[in-house]
Amino acid sequence: MSASLLAQTEKITPPSIEYSSLSPLLIVFVVALIGVLVDAFAQREARRVIQPVLAAGGFIAAFVAVAVLHGRHALLAANAVAIDAPALFMQGTILVFALLSVLLVAERQLDSAGGAIVASAAITPGPKGSTAARTSADMQTEAYPLMVFSVTGMMLFVASNNLLVMFVALEILSLPLYLLAGLARRRRLLSQEAAMKYFLLGAFSSAFFLYGLAFAYGYAGSVELGKIATAVGTTGRTDAYLYLAVGLIAVGLFFKIGAVPFHSWTPDVYQGSPTPVTAFMAAGTKVAAFGAILRVFYIAFGPLRWDWRPVLWTVAILTMVVGAVLALTQRDIKRMLAYSAIAHAGFLLVGLAGTNTDGLRGAMFYLVTYGFTTIAAFAVISLVRTSDGEASDLSQWRGLGRTSPLLAGVFSFLLMALAGIPLTSGFTGKFAVFQAAIEGDATPLVVVALVCSAIAAFFYVRVIVLMFFSEPLADGPVVITRPTLTFATAGIGTLATLVLGVAPQPLLDLANTAASSGFVR
Amino acid sequence: MTHTPVHYAAASGAFSLSWLLIALPLAGAAVLLLGGRRTDRFGHLIGTAAAALSFVVGVVLFAAMLGRSGEDRAVSQHLFSWIPVNGFQVDVGLLVDQLSIVFVLLITGVGTLIHIYSIGYMAHDPARRKFFAYMNLFLASMLLLVLGNNFLSLYAGWELVGLSSYLLIKFWEYKPAAATAANKAFYMNRVGDVGLAIAIMLMFATVGSTSYADVFGAAAANVIGYGTISAIALLLLLGACGKSGQFPLQAWLPDAMEGPTPISALIHAATMVTAGVYLIVRSAPIFNESQAARTVVVVIGAITILLGCVIGCAYDDIKKVLAYSTVSQIGYMFLAVGLGPAGYAIGIMHLLAHGFFKAGLFLGAGSVIHAMDDDQDLRHYGGLWRYMPITWATFGLGFLAIIGFPGLSGFFTKDRIIETAFDKGGTSGYLLGAVALLGAGITAFYMSRLFLMTFHGRPRWSGEGEDARHPHESPPTMTGPMIILAIGSTFAGGLFVLGHSMQNWLEPVAGEGVEGVHTFSPIVLTALTLVVVAGGCAAAWLRYQARPVEATARPDAEVTLVTVAARHDLFANTLNETIAMRPGQFLTRFLVWLDLVGVDGLVRGSAAGIGGLSGRMRRLQTGFVRSYALSMLGGAVLMVGALLLVWGG
Repeated sequence: MSASLLAQTEKITPPSIEYSSLSPLLIVFVVALIGVLVDAFAQREARRVIQPVLAAGGFIAAFVAVAVLHGRHALLAANAVAIDAPALFMQGTILVFALLSVLLVAERQLDSAGGAIVASAAITPGPKGSTAARTSADMQTEAYPLMVFSVTGMMLFVASNNLLVMFVALEILSLPLYLLAGLARRRRLLSQEAAMKYFLLGAFSSAFFLYGLAFAYGYAGSVELGKIATAVGTTGRTDAYLYLAVGLIAVGLFFKIGAVPFHSWTPDVYQGSPTPVTAFMAAGTKVAAFGAILRVFYIAFGPLRWDWRPVLWTVAILTMVVGAVLALTQRDIKRMLAYSAIAHAGFLLVGLAGTNTDGLRGAMFYLVTYGFTTIAAFAVISLVRTSDGEASDLSQWRGLGRTSPLLAGVFSFLLMALAGIPLTSGFTGKFAVFQAAIEGDATPLVVVALVCSAIAAFFYVRVIVLMFFSEPLADGPVVITRPTLTFATAGIGTLATLVLGVAPQPLLDLANTAASSGFVR
Repeated sequence: MTHTPVHYAAASGAFSLSWLLIALPLAGAAVLLLGGRRTDRFGHLIGTAAAALSFVVGVVLFAAMLGRSGEDRAVSQHLFSWIPVNGFQVDVGLLVDQLSIVFVLLITGVGTLIHIYSIGYMAHDPARRKFFAYMNLFLASMLLLVLGNNFLSLYAGWELVGLSSYLLIKFWEYKPAAATAANKAFYMNRVGDVGLAIAIMLMFATVGSTSYADVFGAAAANVIGYGTISAIALLLLLGACGKSGQFPLQAWLPDAMEGPTPISALIHAATMVTAGVYLIVRSAPIFNESQAARTVVVVIGAITILLGCVIGCAYDDIKKVLAYSTVSQIGYMFLAVGLGPAGYAIGIMHLLAHGFFKAGLFLGAGSVIHAMDDDQDLRHYGGLWRYMPITWATFGLGFLAIIGFPGLSGFFTKDRIIETAFDKGGTSGYLLGAVALLGAGITAFYMSRLFLMTFHGRPRWSGEGEDARHPHESPPTMTGPMIILAIGSTFAGGLFVLGHSMQNWLEPVAGEGVEGVHTFSPIVLTALTLVVVAGGCAAAWLRYQARPVEATARPDAEVTLVTVAARHDLFANTLNETIAMRPGQFLTRFLVWLDLVGVDGLVRGSAAGIGGLSGRMRRLQTGFVRSYALSMLGGAVLMVGALLLVWGG
């Protein structure tokens, strides 16, 4: 063993890098670096304009590059990065969601002082500091490069063909998010607590991933996904290392999607983070993490699927049940959506349970639909405000259907999409995923999923009832319906939710093409 | 009974415009309903114009059809695919043929007249626009019913006329009686509609299609078993009974008279209630295959004739009498069409003639009611001929037509029904003929009673005092349609029988009328009928003209048992309540109880359970990172442990 290792190290040659195929990644990475420079050298006021334009431009350019690359099916950079149809599909999805999130971050008209991002993150929490942070029109413009870095990590995460690269990508995507979580202008303590928790638990989960990676190397002698699969498939040799690797890597990945029992950070972080960042995390991170999960479990551990299936089933069931049941008793609307996100992660795992092409297609489609809906929902939440920031307590939403029917109507529509009511994208997404699971002999799981959907429908509909069938509060929240960036983002997300619910076929076809062309090994 | 394979020509020329027939009144209804108050001022004109234009299209189509040779007259036009599911294709199309065109002319013609009449009748009603909107909706629905080229379109029209009928019966919904009557009509129609729906499902299950061409083709080719085709026919008959107010579903029709009088004339006399007859004639290829079903049709017809007649004698409400008269006249039509190919055309003939004279009678009744300040009691009338001569004359012609006065419509059509019933032969022929003949006599009696009590005799109202009445002739918008309908009642029947014109016209749809062996010579039978009718009239004369009429009816205790029974609709409502309503209510209460205790209990229980679970599980979310990390560690240990267990096992 050690001899062969030695032989390999001796033969190391610099890998050839195909820059054109990596262009989406490189574009976003370079934009992030430029963002850092801009923050260092540009004027304070100028930064507030340059940064969002730069980030958005970078995302658009990268999206174009992704579109140009379609049809590529290759392993690049010494087999470290895979550019194939699923990877490109997810990269494109991440870029769209990132673009929408940048629009939310760039919003400066809702809060009387400025955007949702704090003026200075380093100010000590406390009455004095809080007031200063709240009233200053400034913002921590580092948020933009941080977001772009995070997007780089996400895009690499879904395209890594190598557990080590995947780990690096995981850190690139996570570290900026930990910081972003702590940048909320209002409720600083809650925000900083969220950042701290997210960081500690994220580090904890990364350790699991790294440990699992080591076991995988110990088993297969390689960290390449394809080689691990080959080792399982050809030797037929199974030992404890392999199962330890599966379990520990799964812990690291399940943490990112918020699967039970690795979910406990989700409500706290969703609630504490600035709402645009929450939207970005809910949509973008979910796509990235699922992209990685799909890749690892379809390629590396694919031959082993009969062994990890029971574990996956258990996690999926727990995730759905805990998400749906705990959401019932939430009073804070962001926490409710966090538990809803957990439940949705469970539904996505149901699609994975089939481990077939349909499951891949369904999961990709679901990720797109869920991302649009959830970004729109968080955008709407940030439009409903009191003098104290967002009206996040559910009781403040009482009677909103009477005072601002448009907003309440849109939010109801989005909630119905999250509940999976027909004619919304939530229905088509669920349908695609559940159908794949039934074809993959996971019918009991689908039954549980349907029961959980029914439970989940209760708390979604409860908000609708609250908005339309209760008397409005005398000093209720103000709804900002000026045409703002947030307003536009909510509109785009809602429109996508409607279109994908009524005419899902084009996107389904796209996902189908991507899924059937499969992962490159 | 053989039937030529069903073939319909494709639509071309004027026939491609047949969709306009439905579209015009539908557009009228849409404009009036969506336009709201803005169309209040001229809404009635739009409604009337839509009806009149539809009538014009009908006449054009009729003329175009006359210009075609016999086999090309039935024109089927494909409009669009309604249900394009694999294995269940329903195309919506229109079938303009000899049968549907006569219905189109009746519906739009009488409909237009009644629209014009309503302009005057509803002049002072604040909701006149809505009234015209509903009437237009009714016309569109009824035209869809008769023009569809498949049973599903017919069903859609069938339900829509039910809806418009419901809306119009309860038009004055502030009257509790009207609201109740509308509900009653709706419920009783549901019973029939379920029959029709199941019949259509059976057709689809056995033939795989609901289009007339396919179903009738299969019926003619004998590919449907006798049991199935009889079941289909009987279920169709159930639907027909519901819509046409035939025994045992007749009780809703008299109550429906709570609606405005033009509605009684249009929907509950001339058109909608004859839909059952249309359905049976349209489904002739099905009924031809089932002797059993035809027998049931004639029996129901015969029972209904007598039932309607007898109850008609007992009521003092002018509209109720006319309503029971309608029930009994439709009974005649059922009797005729139940006799099979010999009777289809005769049934339709009587239907058309009835459309004229009954609409005319109702409009006349409306004119009288209008003049008497909405009093509908015959016992409060008397001697009105002096005050409203046009109403008297037109009503009189309608009266003579319905009793079968020689030369007028009823004489030709009803006598043919009596004749055909006798010609059926055997004991059953004698029995049916006798019933029809007896019915004619009683009809003569109660119609004479109605006519005499209204227009003749001593006035039982006073022009002075607290309850003063000032009867007057109605405005021209009301008398005009009455005059036209009176002309129709007078001559229509003669035109139909002249050279067997109607029978020849309907032959492609209804089959060749077989001239049976006459049981009686037609001359003898006509004479006999005339004697019976004259007897009925004479009895009425003696009872209600020669002797003074009391202004109030005698109480139940002083009249015969038959009269009491007739006054109570022959206990039809009691019967319905006992066998349907009470058990139904009991079942409903039981199901509500089951729902509350069982289903809701389960739902609430599980909801409470899940809520409680949620409340408990929340406590696990302590907010401490250390406990979060612990749960992650625990999860990881369990997961890895489980995987190792899988490996070890």
